[in-house]
Amino acid sequence: MKFVLEESKVQLLKERIQKHKQKPGPLMPTLHDAQNIFGCIPIEVQKIISEELDESVAKINGVVTFYSNFSTEPKGKHIVSVCMGTACYVKGAKAILDTISDMLNIEPGQTTKDGLFTLENTRCIGACGLAPVFQIGDKVYGNATKDTAKQAIEEILKSEA
Amino acid sequence: MVTFDYLNATKIKTEAKINPQNHKNGFRVVVGMATCGLTAGADKVFQTLKQLIESNNLDNIDLAPVGCVGECALEPLVEVIDHQGQKTTYCKVSLQDIEKIVNQHLISGAPVKELTIDNYKNIDSSSLQVRIALRNCGVINPEDINEYICYDGYKALGKVLTEMTPEEVIHVIQESGLRGRGGGGFSTGLKWSLCAKNKGGQKYIICNADEGDPGAFMDRAVLEGDPHSVIEAMAIGGYAIGASQGYIYIRAEYPLAVQRLNKAIEQAYEAELLGKNIFGTDFCFDLELRLGAGAFVCGEETALIASIEGERGMPRNKPPFPADKGLFARPSIINNVETYANISPIVLKGAKWFASMGTQKSKGTKVFALGGKINNTGLLEVPMGTTLRQVIYDVGGGIPNNKKFKAVQTGGPSGGCLTAEHLDTPIDYDNLVKLNSMMGSGGMIVMDEENCMVDVAHFYLQFTVEESCGKCTPCREGTHKMLEILEKIKSGNGTMQDITELEELAYYIQDSALCALGQSAPNPVISTLLNFKDEYIAHVTDKKCPAKVCKALVNYAVVADKCIGCTKCKRNCPVQAISGEVKKPHKIDTNRCIKCDMCRQACPVNAIILE
Repeated sequence: MKFVLEESKVQLLKERIQKHKQKPGPLMPTLHDAQNIFGCIPIEVQKIISEELDESVAKINGVVTFYSNFSTEPKGKHIVSVCMGTACYVKGAKAILDTISDMLNIEPGQTTKDGLFTLENTRCIGACGLAPVFQIGDKVYGNATKDTAKQAIEEILKSEA
Repeated sequence: MVTFDYLNATKIKTEAKINPQNHKNGFRVVVGMATCGLTAGADKVFQTLKQLIESNNLDNIDLAPVGCVGECALEPLVEVIDHQGQKTTYCKVSLQDIEKIVNQHLISGAPVKELTIDNYKNIDSSSLQVRIALRNCGVINPEDINEYICYDGYKALGKVLTEMTPEEVIHVIQESGLRGRGGGGFSTGLKWSLCAKNKGGQKYIICNADEGDPGAFMDRAVLEGDPHSVIEAMAIGGYAIGASQGYIYIRAEYPLAVQRLNKAIEQAYEAELLGKNIFGTDFCFDLELRLGAGAFVCGEETALIASIEGERGMPRNKPPFPADKGLFARPSIINNVETYANISPIVLKGAKWFASMGTQKSKGTKVFALGGKINNTGLLEVPMGTTLRQVIYDVGGGIPNNKKFKAVQTGGPSGGCLTAEHLDTPIDYDNLVKLNSMMGSGGMIVMDEENCMVDVAHFYLQFTVEESCGKCTPCREGTHKMLEILEKIKSGNGTMQDITELEELAYYIQDSALCALGQSAPNPVISTLLNFKDEYIAHVTDKKCPAKVCKALVNYAVVADKCIGCTKCKRNCPVQAISGEVKKPHKIDTNRCIKCDMCRQACPVNAIILE
């Protein structure tokens, strides 16, 4: 997937940065906005932030790559994240991750060639009462099994076909 | 300007709305709508209830979304409170159930017996519980400041600002014996007094809501169910230490908590409970949210500060402690969400009241998130000093499927496991440390005989290796090395020498790592080595995994007596490792088998076993 820098999004980011600059410690809120606006923070975006905040690109790159929620590469349309928190793990989250990984033919952290799915193993999302859980986008699937995972992926494949 | 009269008037007005006593044959109906509930479909339940109440013209009913009720495994939950205060709890409510509840209970006044909680739980887990931090969770609508005020919200802030000096506030908190609920258990009052001593200039008060321990969701429940309790307490803390600016650092993985906090802050500003000259005094206080970005280490206070400042979230050496030199190099206080949730009740009810609960050195209550192999997964709050047995059996309802209790991990990746022999230990900060575990933030993961303790240690270590910020060598390299040894043991290539080295390395790291994350990273290994050394030895000498979890050490086999020769396993095997004729016992070629578990799942008579 190729990253395209859209002018309207750049403008939006710049507006947000002006707002954040009024307060101390503007970098983290800026990066959150950048991630939301562009879906990732590649070097092109880092350069814009660098100019606006008057910080070196090296520093910004250091911060971006430190936090796992920020990504320098575009992600898939659907982000499938399997919770690997303890409660989910002891209740069989690994099997669910493997099932989805086999289905999509990608490893966790990778994106399918068609750009449809990114698979991630995520930190505990705090829904331990319904363990094991996985998430597609914002939707959380509780008490998951290999079958419900398969079904959920198949449904999306169908709707995208 | 906000006044006590305003609080009282709001209380009376809200009481009239939410207390079913004020409506003839009225009810208050609440739906648990925290993350757990929403995942289980509480949103649809709420909408359907709303429609039915409207279409039946039931104007004597107050329907409200509330936070976590605490019974996470039984969501979606609907509670109906009648005009006598009688509460009926409905569990696992489906859309079909709602019609029944509306027709039978809300219209005709007869509870639907077959849908109540008694059908799901045979124990009353509320008897042992004392709710202070969770006092409003599952009771009030977290998105309505008036409901918080109705339950004496912001009264403590008013009292502090108009009747007490900052020194008196700190004194009360210190006297109460409240200790930090985020893990270490440092005295909250003492921390505040250290910061207050630094006179003059800008100071900051920070709430650590970066609840990253896997299996812990206490803070999430408080933030989603009662956000104002944290806001009020931070303002009180700000007054006590002399800070006019507060930050809540919250992990981005909790979008609902973020949303509710933002709304709560907005409402508090509107009511002038935040901002300039609160309660007509000189005290001004501003509060802002800052989002984490998926780094576990940012739960460590100096790393958290670095993150707010816009740096890589790396810890630094202490001293100087944040109370002297913290955020933007100014004196700062960082407390955990649950700690803050205790502040207002202490101010209102007094230090003595709080100190009357708990053990000699650990006062008050503690919220635990009980998960893993346990019947009643959920959130509970018990007085300090309650035993593990009471928590696991009397509140948690024991282990499912009649399996045997093996261990409980407290304190997440920084803690350790406690075993059956520790079941009668009263839980408090000091006892847990004595047993090589720690309170941590309060996650409790129960494990049964099917969990391999080497695998569990490996799991936690994998977590800390991934989350190590890389600043100090013991943590960056040492934990990695430990993980390699554990992997070797898990794969059946370990030796006794490896176990010795693993142990040595663990103690070196404990002694030499820079921050609490690194120092506590070896804890899961140390405590499993202490309590379950036989399992480690079984892995290296017998090349066996007693719990049959470590894939390299188990083999799949067919029990010939049980096998009916249906060929299902053979057809499901992806690598043609199973042979056999129809209606005759099958066999697995262990050399070919990739241990994918497909055959065992396909077998209709459970004839395939692990050995």
